[in-house]
Amino acid sequence: MNILVCIKQVPDTTEIRIDPNTNTLIRAGVPSIVNTFDTYALETAVKIKDADPGAKIVVATMGPEQAKEALKTCLSVGADKAYLASDRAFGGSDTLATSYVLSCVVKELEKREGAPFDLIFCGKQAIDGDTGQVGPELAKHLDYPQITNALEVTPEGGKIRARRETEDGYEVLEASLPVVVTVTKTAYEPRYASVKSKMAANRAVITVLTAADFAIDTERTGLKGSPTKVKKTFVPQRKKGGVKLQEETGVLAAEKLTAFLSDAGVI
Amino acid sequence: MSEYKNLWVYIEVLNGSAKSVGLELLGPGRRMTDAVGEKLAAVVIGSGVDEAVKSAAAYGADQIIVAEGADYADYSSEAYEYAMAQLTHKYKPSTILIGATSQGRDMGPRLSCGLKTGLTADCTGLEIDTVTGNVQWTRPAFGGNLMATIECPNTRPQIGTVRPGVFKRGMPDAARTAEIIREDIPVPAGTVRTTLVEKIAEAAEAAVKLEEADIIVSGGRGLGKPENFALVKDLADVLGGVVGASRAAVDSGWISHAHQVGQTGKTVGPKLYIACGISGAIQHLAGMSGSDVIIAINRDPDAPIFDVADYGIVGDVKEVLPALTEAIKKYKA
Ligand SMILES: Cc1cc2nc3c(=O)[nH]c(=O)nc-3n(C[C@H](O)[C@H](O)[C@H](O)COP(=O)(O)OP(=O)(O)OC[C@H]3O[C@@H](n4cnc5c(N)ncnc54)[C@H](O)[C@@H]3O)c2cc1C
Ligand SMILES: Nc1ncnc2c1ncn2[C@@H]1O[C@H](COP(=O)(O)O)[C@@H](O)[C@H]1O
Repeated sequence: MNILVCIKQVPDTTEIRIDPNTNTLIRAGVPSIVNTFDTYALETAVKIKDADPGAKIVVATMGPEQAKEALKTCLSVGADKAYLASDRAFGGSDTLATSYVLSCVVKELEKREGAPFDLIFCGKQAIDGDTGQVGPELAKHLDYPQITNALEVTPEGGKIRARRETEDGYEVLEASLPVVVTVTKTAYEPRYASVKSKMAANRAVITVLTAADFAIDTERTGLKGSPTKVKKTFVPQRKKGGVKLQEETGVLAAEKLTAFLSDAGVI
Repeated sequence: MSEYKNLWVYIEVLNGSAKSVGLELLGPGRRMTDAVGEKLAAVVIGSGVDEAVKSAAAYGADQIIVAEGADYADYSSEAYEYAMAQLTHKYKPSTILIGATSQGRDMGPRLSCGLKTGLTADCTGLEIDTVTGNVQWTRPAFGGNLMATIECPNTRPQIGTVRPGVFKRGMPDAARTAEIIREDIPVPAGTVRTTLVEKIAEAAEAAVKLEEADIIVSGGRGLGKPENFALVKDLADVLGGVVGASRAAVDSGWISHAHQVGQTGKTVGPKLYIACGISGAIQHLAGMSGSDVIIAINRDPDAPIFDVADYGIVGDVKEVLPALTEAIKKYKA
């Protein structure tokens, strides 16, 4: 089983604060992490490998040079090999352009690794953009089937079976290989790196692919290749806090609140 | 680009009926088509969808395009994307609105990618530039810390998925009629490479329709222990509401993920949202700050949840919740 996990380095959005004077995001000092959902995707891949030691896991990302750090984190928790696709021509890509780059990277890595990928994992969504589009778009570029929002993935013969979360419960789907699977928060937590595996990952060589290193049409990448354009960004207006009540007893507070709810017409 | 006209709303069907979000989207759909003088069409795909077609007419579609057949009995990414792509090639809509449900967010990107056009996911605001016809898609990013307005100026159709509950459903008019166009779109053999083995609806208790609920009472880590969810449930019951939860409560195993509200849970827009023992982290707010009236009960007077609450009670949930349940019982009696 050959597995590719697409990961993205993102700012830790729980650490982001708004500058009250300029009303903009304070990005300085915000740590970069491997996108949370990608860590679940990687763990799902590593669990498959635990059961099938012949499996191989490659991780890839498109991003700036710093994204090597994120790839090293992945190597320390079970990935076998890592590639970074990095080129000025890729900067400013929206999801259509990003997924196009990744689809070209997939073809190139299959050549370099000498075998096609059976399973391509993505996270359900990246926590910076929150779009969740790259996985299904990658599947479409490659003309592969897709399973999104998976919680559990088990190989079965030449197929895979996945439990997919929906608003109404779950769906169990089977797909032929190759397939793109996007992973949501799983019941299990990603494993930690050991001191030894961290050191090995730090020493690992990460191959960087520029646009010149593989077959890609740069007209379809970056800002040029992106049909969507960000027109403006702004900090959302939160509504001002209303009444705050600190009563002696719960009973008093409850009575006042009931009166408020009745006045507001919601009960 | 000029041959692309009219706005489509994809109507997602569950057990033959239209899901709320599709009907909600007919509202902003109407507003935008009126502004540019185009037609509003609903697209219904499935098998046994008469009920959904009727609703789409009642909620304001001028035209309803129906692709019905055994191939569409169950949702599959590949079959539904195929049908939408065929319809798009034939009718050339300028805009497609899709609910940002697990189905919409599965199909939308596959469709837009095949059509080589732009998709803006998970929108919370929709306006149209009447000169260019470009929809101004507004959506949260960075876990709700930032809003972005996005355009798709050079390709059509322009596609967006829109969060359920952001737009309120209009008033249905059962007497309204719409032009119904039926399309027979057989799916070529080999197109669909996934099979649905099993569909597991959540157990009755857990089949929480948070997105469609009018009243939600949510519990967080401040409840202290799983048994205290009973206090939340009691209050929800007297109010006729449903139970939600923060991620910390879900991660602690106190309640299933189906109840989670927030960035990685559900986005809700009830008339009344009561947050009990929830701190109000930005990821939680991302899922509920659109509620009409927000009540917070928290021991910590500085908890960020109070910043969005219309009415806050500084107090212990174990004391306030039973008292509130009693007070509301009395009020209702
Ligand atoms: C990528 C990502 C996605 C996330 N997605 C979500 C999401 O979808 N939904 C979500 O909810 N969170 C999400 N989170 C987690 C979020 O950041 C918070 O950790 C979480 O919401 C905290 O839950 P809580 O408020 O229940 O717990 P806490 O933050 O621990 O807050 C508990 C609150 O209860 C109060 N309290 C304690 N005891 C009492 C008492 N006896 N009576 C009254 N009040 C009491 C405390 O004062 C405190 O304010 C996400 C995080 C990340 C990184
Ligand atoms: N630049 C990127 N490089 C590699 N994988 C990516 C990149 N952007 C997104 N992905 C993958 O696509 C998933 C969804 O991302 P998004 O569509 O941006 O929300 C992520 O969880 C990653 O698995």
